[in-house]
Amino acid sequence: MTSNNKKELLLEMKNIHIDGFSDERWHKILKGVDLNLYRGEILGLIGESGAGKSTMGKAAMGYTQPGCKIIKGEILFNGTDLAKLTEFEKRKIWGTKISYVAQSAAASFNPAHRLMDQTISAANRAKINPTEVLRKDAVQLYESLQLPDAENIGERYPHQVSGGQLQRIMTAMAMSPRPELIIFDEPTTALDVTTQVEVLSAMRSIVDKFNTAAIYITHDLAVVAQMADRIKVLRYGEEVEESETREMLSNPKEEYTKSLWSVRSLIKPEETNEDYMLSIKNIDAAYGSSKVLHNVSVNIPRGKTVAIVGESGSGKSTTARVITGLLPQTKGEIIFDGKKLSPKLEQRSKEELRRIQIIFQMPDTAMNPKQTVDEIIGRPIEFYHGVKGKEREAKVIELLKMIELDESFLDRLPSELSGGQKQRICIARALAANPDLIICDEVTSALDQIVQEGILKLLQKLQKDLGVTYIFITHDIATVKAISDEIVVMYQGEVVEQGLKSKILNPPYPDYTELLLSSVPEMDPDWLTNLLNKRSD
Amino acid sequence: MPGDFATEILGQSATKSSVEALRSELGLDKHPIPRYFEWLSNVFQGDFGSSFSGRSKVQGDQGDRSRLVVELIIPRLKNTLFLTGVSALVAIPLALLLGISAALYRNSVYDRSATGFSLITVSSPEFFTGYIFILLLATLFPVFPTIANVNEDTSLIDRFYLTALPVFTLTLVTMGHMMRMTRSAIINILSSEYIEMAKLSGATRYEVIVKHALPNAWAPIAQVITINLAYMLIGSVVVEFVFNYQGIGRLMVGSVYNRDIPVVQACALIFASTYVILNLLADLIGIISNPRLLYPK
Repeated sequence: MTSNNKKELLLEMKNIHIDGFSDERWHKILKGVDLNLYRGEILGLIGESGAGKSTMGKAAMGYTQPGCKIIKGEILFNGTDLAKLTEFEKRKIWGTKISYVAQSAAASFNPAHRLMDQTISAANRAKINPTEVLRKDAVQLYESLQLPDAENIGERYPHQVSGGQLQRIMTAMAMSPRPELIIFDEPTTALDVTTQVEVLSAMRSIVDKFNTAAIYITHDLAVVAQMADRIKVLRYGEEVEESETREMLSNPKEEYTKSLWSVRSLIKPEETNEDYMLSIKNIDAAYGSSKVLHNVSVNIPRGKTVAIVGESGSGKSTTARVITGLLPQTKGEIIFDGKKLSPKLEQRSKEELRRIQIIFQMPDTAMNPKQTVDEIIGRPIEFYHGVKGKEREAKVIELLKMIELDESFLDRLPSELSGGQKQRICIARALAANPDLIICDEVTSALDQIVQEGILKLLQKLQKDLGVTYIFITHDIATVKAISDEIVVMYQGEVVEQGLKSKILNPPYPDYTELLLSSVPEMDPDWLTNLLNKRSD
Repeated sequence: MPGDFATEILGQSATKSSVEALRSELGLDKHPIPRYFEWLSNVFQGDFGSSFSGRSKVQGDQGDRSRLVVELIIPRLKNTLFLTGVSALVAIPLALLLGISAALYRNSVYDRSATGFSLITVSSPEFFTGYIFILLLATLFPVFPTIANVNEDTSLIDRFYLTALPVFTLTLVTMGHMMRMTRSAIINILSSEYIEMAKLSGATRYEVIVKHALPNAWAPIAQVITINLAYMLIGSVVVEFVFNYQGIGRLMVGSVYNRDIPVVQACALIFASTYVILNLLADLIGIISNPRLLYPK
């Protein structure tokens, strides 16, 4: 963070080429990327999935995943070329001079060992200090990362602490041997916005404290803006541009960089009406004996979009399951187009089923991998409308055109489609029933920014043309801003508030809405600092 | 089983009345259901009854020489436990060692030949492996005896020497299974994210396998080890027969031949409870080795 240190180069990666083996052939993952990092500096590495940013981050340690190899290039760390070292020599650097913080903390801790043992394992192996000293130091690290019960939390096993806590413990683990460089590989992507703020501030302050250099990998520009001094944008294994954070945010040079936050520029004028397509009244629901919804009431105006927001565990998806009949409510009623819906799926008529459709978060798992696009979209047409043969095919092609694809996709399997195309097919499948209400459950959260924008635009266009009503479940406030008319905020199975977008997104807020909204990172490098100052007041 | 002890012992020329007499003497003429409950309640009191054979064959001879089932079984059981115990002590460490090292040098020549060889040994039945050993180590190169003839006076050293071939056979038959399972359980875990994390924190290859992968592989490994232990005990029926070893397996085969039902029942009960107890043990190891089950949230 300080500029007087910048003269000393810590890591210099020159012309890195890495190939990966998949589908029985070699692909180029990185095509000649350079990277410089100075002592005490944080470099943000951003790009969408498949850009090669994770591969680049691991290559900075001289490591490649199984099935990948470094073809060309130098990785000079303190002047030593890591690409030329043997495994044995690299191991002396890994975990002590360079450490790594992975995306999924839950999967990256060994379930069989206590957290403390894992935290100090690298430093212990290198015999940096006696075990007792290391343990005391780890407790101090836990404290400065604001972990609860820092004294004893290390005695627990990974499954006994929360995801946000694990991510901070992994930061402590990375910091324990006092490395010169830490690679953060999407460390907050799997976390809720409210947890993300805590983890980000903890990581930033500890990196600052020890003046450690870091490479921060993410696809979220707003997050990287809080962490990095400089930002490098990657795409298709090549560098798009690189500049100082403030410069990058205020004045991105390349079209691609601008498009990275284009979703945030999508704006929809809000409208509402009193004619409700669906009302749910005083719903309670439970999984077994644990009650997850408490007295939930929501009104969905006809032809409009209502976004349900909240962190994970708030009951958003459960509400969707109750509406579709997958999880019968224990109390309350659902009124759909003026008529009461039976709680149980089996007791609903085919017509009622047709009129409510759902699109899921993961298009990969929502489609039968052995069916072609034709079968996937054609089946609801046949099932609900009884249309067969030529007529059916014409209808499938019409739907494909509606989702901006064409008939060349008919014979493809889901595995032959990109993530965005898969989600489009799922949308077409929902549309094939000709529904009045579509529930979109986190439909864009597994997709890249640019693809997200395309899907959201498509959904808006379909609403304009067909007049469908949407319930949009998401935890991403940018998406909410882009698409909704009304917003419902949920927290721990209860509705905190419901109202027009402008009302919810503007003060005065109830406490939880305030916390949720203020936790959404903004494209302002001072956002985190300001937020933390404000919260500590 | 067709026939009973009475028809079997008295032969085909027996008169109907002598068969009836023996049956009523043994209680074989009573209704099976009360007999079952009588047997069951006795078993709970540790009384497995008396063996049918060894009774006075001629009426009026100096009384009853039949032996208690327990007396008959215990020395045989000791012999069998000795055989399977020694086999387990050889097979389990060897299987773990081979499995771990095969995982460590995955896809190497060593790994391929070890897994290939183990497939052959697992696929060969005990009597085949046993006779191959006899052919090689007793006939062509007479190092060990073909018959493992032990009695209560045999010294420990001699026992090891005499049971060498049966031990080799049981080891070879069970080791492959355990070794392959250990290898695949570890390799399965090697693709976990925490293994990559361990590598990136500088863990050596050995450390990755032994400290990071193995603790998470104990449950499946324990499962396969206990199944094989039970298999050894029960598979000893064949091996004991091949090497004429005085174990419980031979006793059971002999008793089946004589329709000596009390002994067969006791043997079957021992084999069945071995399975149950060993499986229970495997489940316990699975729980103890998994902190998720041991320490709830």
